[in-house]
Amino acid sequence: MLKLIVCVKQVPRVSELPWDPKRGALRRDLADGMMDPAAKRALEAALRIKDARPARVTAICMGPPMAEATLREALALGADAGLLITDGRLAGADTLITTTVLAAAIRSRCPDFHLVLCGRQTSDSETAQVGPQLAEALEVAGVAYVEHLEILPDAESEGEAAPESGASQMDCGMDRDIGRIRVRRLCDGFLETLEMAPPAVITISDREYRPRHAPMAGLQTAFEKGVVETLDAAALGLPPDLSAAARSPTRILRVYSPAAEKRNVALRGSASKIVEALFQQYDDRIGGAAGRDIKPPEEE
Amino acid sequence: MIWVFGDYRNYFQNRVTLQLLAKARSLAEDSGALVCAVALGHGVDEYVREYIAHGADRVYVMDHPALAAYSAATFAALLAGLAKTHRPEIILVGATDFGRELAPRVARRLDTGLTADCVDLSINEDGLLKQTAPAFGGNLLAEIVTPRHRPQMATVRPGIFAELPHDDQRRGERVDAPPPDPMPADPATLVESVFAPRRDQRLEEARVVICGGRGMGSRARFRRLYELAGLLNGEVGATRPVVYAGWADHEALVGQAGRQIKPRLLFSFGISGAIQHTAAIHDAEFIIAVNKNPEAPMMKMADVAIVADAGQVSAALIKQLKERLRKHS
Ligand SMILES: Cc1cc2nc3c(=O)[nH]c(=O)nc-3n(C[C@H](O)[C@H](O)[C@H](O)COP(=O)(O)OP(=O)(O)OC[C@H]3O[C@@H](n4cnc5c(N)ncnc54)[C@H](O)[C@@H]3O)c2cc1C
Ligand SMILES: Cc1cc2nc3c(=O)[nH]c(=O)nc-3n(C[C@H](O)[C@H](O)[C@H](O)COP(=O)(O)OP(=O)(O)OC[C@H]3O[C@@H](n4cnc5c(N)ncnc54)[C@H](O)[C@@H]3O)c2cc1C
Repeated sequence: MLKLIVCVKQVPRVSELPWDPKRGALRRDLADGMMDPAAKRALEAALRIKDARPARVTAICMGPPMAEATLREALALGADAGLLITDGRLAGADTLITTTVLAAAIRSRCPDFHLVLCGRQTSDSETAQVGPQLAEALEVAGVAYVEHLEILPDAESEGEAAPESGASQMDCGMDRDIGRIRVRRLCDGFLETLEMAPPAVITISDREYRPRHAPMAGLQTAFEKGVVETLDAAALGLPPDLSAAARSPTRILRVYSPAAEKRNVALRGSASKIVEALFQQYDDRIGGAAGRDIKPPEEE
Repeated sequence: MIWVFGDYRNYFQNRVTLQLLAKARSLAEDSGALVCAVALGHGVDEYVREYIAHGADRVYVMDHPALAAYSAATFAALLAGLAKTHRPEIILVGATDFGRELAPRVARRLDTGLTADCVDLSINEDGLLKQTAPAFGGNLLAEIVTPRHRPQMATVRPGIFAELPHDDQRRGERVDAPPPDPMPADPATLVESVFAPRRDQRLEEARVVICGGRGMGSRARFRRLYELAGLLNGEVGATRPVVYAGWADHEALVGQAGRQIKPRLLFSFGISGAIQHTAAIHDAEFIIAVNKNPEAPMMKMADVAIVADAGQVSAALIKQLKERLRKHS
C-alpha cells in the first residue's frame, strides 16, 4: 500500500487587509482559519492516487490548536489520518524550523512513507520554501511545481507511460512493488519529465489538481469520528528549550501595507469632468505607458 | 563578499542575474565587499565574461559535463559546498522558478535564513541586509533580516533592479573551483526537457492593461474596453465573473487562475479586488480604478480611485482620448 503524506497549513481566510493600521499589527484574530488553497491541491493530488489504488493518506499540520479544523476538513475530503503538531514554543518558526519540525514528525510517525506532497506556495506568507527544504531535511528526492504525477509499476518504469489499468495489478500490498514516481512540471518555461524512486517530496503546481468538495456527510463524520493525533515538540524529541522564534534565522522587523503608501487620490464627479482631471494630472504617465503623445497641443 | 547565483538558462529572457549584480554593487558601496557571481554548468565561459562586464569582481566557476542540465539538488549541494569554503556574507538568487527551488535547499544545507521573492534590498544601520518581501497576495510587505546566521540569503524578483550597462573594459577575476568527485547525484532523473514557453504572452508583456469586472454591467459595455485598449496600445484583461458570463474568453482572465500581469499602467473598471484577482496585479506600477463603491479593496490599492460608473468613465475616456489623438494627427 502506498503511504502518502500531505502537509497542510492553516491560513487566515482573508479577502481584504487583515492589517490594523491603528495598532500596527496583523488582525489574525479577525480572520477565520482555512486550509491553505495550495495545500488543498496537494491533498487533491494525493486523493486522486488513492481513488485509483490502495493508499493511505496522512495529513500533517504544524499550527495552533485551532488548526485541528483544517485536518478534519482533510479527513472529510478523504484523508485517512490527521497529525497536528502544536506547541506554543513553535510560534514564529521560519521555514528552516518549520521543515525541521515537519521532518521530525514524519520520521517519528510515518518513517516508511513513499511520497510527501506539499502545496507550491501558501496564500499567507507565500515563501514556497517548505517543499524544497523538506526534501533536504528528509534527505530524499524533491521536485517542485508538479503538474502531473503518476506512479509507475516497477518493471515498466523504463518503458512507455504506465497503462492506467496496470496500476491495479500491483496493488497486492507489498511495498517492494511500488514503482518509480514520474512527474511532469513546468519550470521557467521548460516542460520537464522527471523520474525517481520513492521516497520523495514534491510540491504541486497551482494550475492543476482543482480540489474536490467535501461531501456534507463526510464533513460531519470527520468532525465526530475522525482521529486527529496531537503532538507537541517534546513528543517529537525536539529540545526542551526550543523556542522557534529565537532559533529561526530570519526575523520579521515589520509588516506594512504598501497600499497605504500609495497616493490613493480619489476623484469624484461627472464622468467627463473626472476624465478631464485625470488627463490634466496624469497625461504624462498615461501617454508614457501607451507610447503615444496625448498632451493637448501647445496653445498658439 | 556578496554572491549572486548565475542563472543563465534562457539567458536572453532571464536577465535577473545581471540585475542582481548591479544591486550587489550598490549594496557593497559602503562596505567595499567583493561582488562575485557563481557559474555552475558546462561550457559557461561566455557567461563568465558577461558577469564581469556587468559588474562582477570575481566569478567562481565549476565546469563539468554532469552540470550541463540544471538540477536543484545537485546545484544546491555544490553551491552550499562553495559557500562553506569561501564564506560569503550574502547570497542573492534570482526568483525564477529554478532559483526559488534552489535557494531554499542551499539555505537548509547552510543552516541559515532565506527571504523569499524580495522586491527590495538595502543595508540597514546595523549593517544587516534588510529584505522586503510581499505577503498576503502582495497586500502587505514584510521587512525581514537575518541577524546572526550567515550567509544572509534572499531570492529576488526579476525586473525590480536595473542591470548595469555592458562594459567590455571591466576587469574581473575567474576562479575555477574543482568539481567534487563523485558529483553529488540528484535522486530525481531528468527524462525529458522541452522548452515550451506559453505562446501568447501579450497580457503578461503589455505596458498598458485595461481590466474589466462585473461592474461593467453588460457584454456590450465590456466590449468597448477593447476600443480603449486600442487607443492606448494596451491589452484587455477580465475577472472571473466576466469570463463566466462569456463577455471575454478565458485567455483574458487575470488572477490566480489566469494571467499574472505587470503593466506600467493598469485601468481597473468595476472590479471589487478579490485576492484571487489582486494576487496577479501587484506588479502593476500605476493603478487607476473606477468603482461605484469607494470602499472596494481594489480602490484601496489604486493610485487614483475614481468613484463613478465604470461604463460612463470608460466611454468618456474613449471620447476624450480620440479628441486628443486627433489633434496630434
Ligand atoms: C509576513 C510573513 C513573511 C514571512 N517570510 C518568511 C521568509 O521570508 N522566510 C522564512 O523562512 N519564513 C518566513 N515566514 C515564516 C513562514 O511563514 C513560516 O515558516 C511558515 O511556517 C511556512 O512558510 P510558508 O507559509 O511560506 O510556506 P510555503 O513554503 O509557501 O508552503 C508550501 C506548502 O508547504 C506546506 N506547509 C507550509 N507550512 C506548513 C505547516 N505549518 N504545516 C504543514 N504544512 C505546511 C503546505 O503544503 C504548503 O502548501 C514569514 C511569515 C510571515 C507571517
Ligand atoms: C479558487 C479561486 C480562483 C479564482 N481565480 C480568479 C482569477 O484568476 N481571477 C479573477 O478575477 N477571479 C478569480 N476568482 C474569483 C474572485 O474570488 C472574485 O469573485 C472575482 O475576482 C470578482 O470579480 P469582479 O471584481 O469582477 O466582481 P465583483 O466582486 O462582483 O465586483 C464587482 C465590482 O463592481 C462594482 N460596480 C458595480 N456596478 C458598478 C458600476 N456601474 N460602475 C462601477 N463599479 C461598479 C462593485 O462595487 C464591485 O466592487 C477566483 C475564485 C476562487 C475561489
